Amino acid sequence: MVQRKTENLYEAGTTLIEWLRDPNPASRLQSRMAQTYLSWLRLRRNRLAMVGLAITVALVTMAIFAPWLAPYDPITQTLSERLQPPGTTGHWLGTDDFGRDIWTRILYGSRITLYIVLLVILTAPVAGLIIGTVAGYFGGWVDSVLMRITDIFLAFPKLILALALVAVLGPGMVNAVLAIALTSWPPYARVARAETLTVRNSDYIAAVRLQGAGALRVIWGHVMPMCLPSVIIRVTLDMAGVILTAAGLGFLGLGVQPPSPEWGLMIAAGRKFLFEQWWVATMPGLAIFIVSLGFNLLGDGLRDVLDPRSSGK
Amino acid sequence: MASLDLNDDAPPRLGHFARQSAATIFTLLITFIGLLAVTFFISRVIPTDPVMSILGERATEAQIAETRTALGLDRPMVTQFAIYVWDALHGDLGTSIRTKDPVIEEIARYFPATLELSTIATIIGMLIGIPAGVLAATKPGSLLDQTVRLVGLMGYSMPVFWLGLMGLLIFYGQLGWVGGPGRLDAVYDMMLQFEVTQHTGMILIDTALSGRWDMFANAVSHIILPASLLGYLSMAYISRMTRSFMMNELGQEYITTARVKGMPERRVIWVHALKNVMVPLITVVALSYSFLLEGAVLTETIFAWPGLGRYITDALLVADMPAVLGGTIVVGAVYIGINMFSDLLYRLADPRAK
Repeated sequence: MVQRKTENLYEAGTTLIEWLRDPNPASRLQSRMAQTYLSWLRLRRNRLAMVGLAITVALVTMAIFAPWLAPYDPITQTLSERLQPPGTTGHWLGTDDFGRDIWTRILYGSRITLYIVLLVILTAPVAGLIIGTVAGYFGGWVDSVLMRITDIFLAFPKLILALALVAVLGPGMVNAVLAIALTSWPPYARVARAETLTVRNSDYIAAVRLQGAGALRVIWGHVMPMCLPSVIIRVTLDMAGVILTAAGLGFLGLGVQPPSPEWGLMIAAGRKFLFEQWWVATMPGLAIFIVSLGFNLLGDGLRDVLDPRSSGK
Repeated sequence: MASLDLNDDAPPRLGHFARQSAATIFTLLITFIGLLAVTFFISRVIPTDPVMSILGERATEAQIAETRTALGLDRPMVTQFAIYVWDALHGDLGTSIRTKDPVIEEIARYFPATLELSTIATIIGMLIGIPAGVLAATKPGSLLDQTVRLVGLMGYSMPVFWLGLMGLLIFYGQLGWVGGPGRLDAVYDMMLQFEVTQHTGMILIDTALSGRWDMFANAVSHIILPASLLGYLSMAYISRMTRSFMMNELGQEYITTARVKGMPERRVIWVHALKNVMVPLITVVALSYSFLLEGAVLTETIFAWPGLGRYITDALLVADMPAVLGGTIVVGAVYIGINMFSDLLYRLADPRAK
């Protein structure tokens, strides 16, 4: 009855907003979209989160359109224009010791940053999700063993383990990503396990099992989706950490190698003449800071919206 | 570390505590051996052959075989690992390739500098972070709360090495308020070796004990900048957690009761609520203390601070793996130790955490 009534309403012609605000959703898609819309409205009220969102969107735009936005080439050296201060015509953020435009290099550097972040968030959370759900679902000795391993990795300070790994694997971007991913999965495993434990004994899982579904199917189709929201929140909050670790490795000369315009590497290069030409080290650092702050603000806001349980950390 | 519920028939508190401590120490030991397993694995997959790095390229076959036996590399992996664990538990972390000194002795020389730096940083972080968090929690949503939140998030987003460089640029280069990189001015650095007895390796304590207050002042001017910057990072974490605990505490009924009785608000917050917030804060402070060990790696590079972090990064640059892994093990062990200590302290302080 009710459903038929709403369908008639659409025929009368409704806007998208009205469709989203419909108190009687007609389809699963509509109700899901309405939920998302409500979350969005709540997020929009948080001014800091919107700033974070704007920064994130700007970063992605910069990375995609770098070749069109950048006035120069990021690698080519122009020694006649070396160490120009900010505000020089044509170089509003100045140039480095090889005469390369710093703004151009920051633009191209955003691609490397985004690339590293994407690679890490495509691997570490997935690994953590698998380990956590398997441990939580099976329980018993599987749980004990997997969680002990997780604890061991948690016992390592992240950066130092990453350093040791890169020392063995050799410097370079892929190895840096690998090292960061290997050190950042444990918290995801913890989160996923906790979520799994709460749903494991619920009726719908029992129903699926009675229908003859195997463990793999239950975990993949019915447990993992329940873990996703909390994992996603953690991912957003972790992205800043990934950026900072990658920049730290770059700074120590263990990450991306020169002449790539990686931001940490650019700071390391500017360190030599910090007191005379301050801008060379300052500008890329500001870029790192702004981008991490953007992710943190967004993640903080998202958590308030999606996870009503925690208001602090 | 999940607490093991061995027996719930209301056992005497201290006995219960002892049993839990035993369980904690067991967990600790397992974790430590796991940590060694990871470093062992890392050290065995290094592409460079440890025999070659000791003997050099022109060693004879016989020399190589002899060194292999001496290093125990000809034995099965399991035996090698057992020996590795045994040695590590006895404080033998191998020999540095660069200096040919035992790694553990070198670390013992470098560690006090890190300890001094992170201790002062934690103290700064607590002194600012706890009051800031409490104030933010008393007026949620206010301008003050927003400021504390933003300043905290900025701390989370700051690349610590860049923050160090900016600090040097402004407070040392431009304003000249603080001493530059290093623990002392070069003049004092020379004097330190001859005129001050090294009791602890921590300059502030050693100079104070020797009554060299001029040197003490100089050391303060050097440590204040890196310690404040690291302290800012730990303040970001501590204030955030304090706010969250405090919010939770202020919603409790005993707070309402205290208010209804007419107790002054200041006393309700700073005495009644804060007292209960302090218990979970033990864990937070311990955690931030161990985070600082990590932050110290990059900060020490910037400030030429002769600590553990700098030891590890210097060793990395010349591929001195025993030193890198030895440093990793020590940092990991301290990390585990601090967490266990805070765990025990928490159980002692909070009667509910049985």
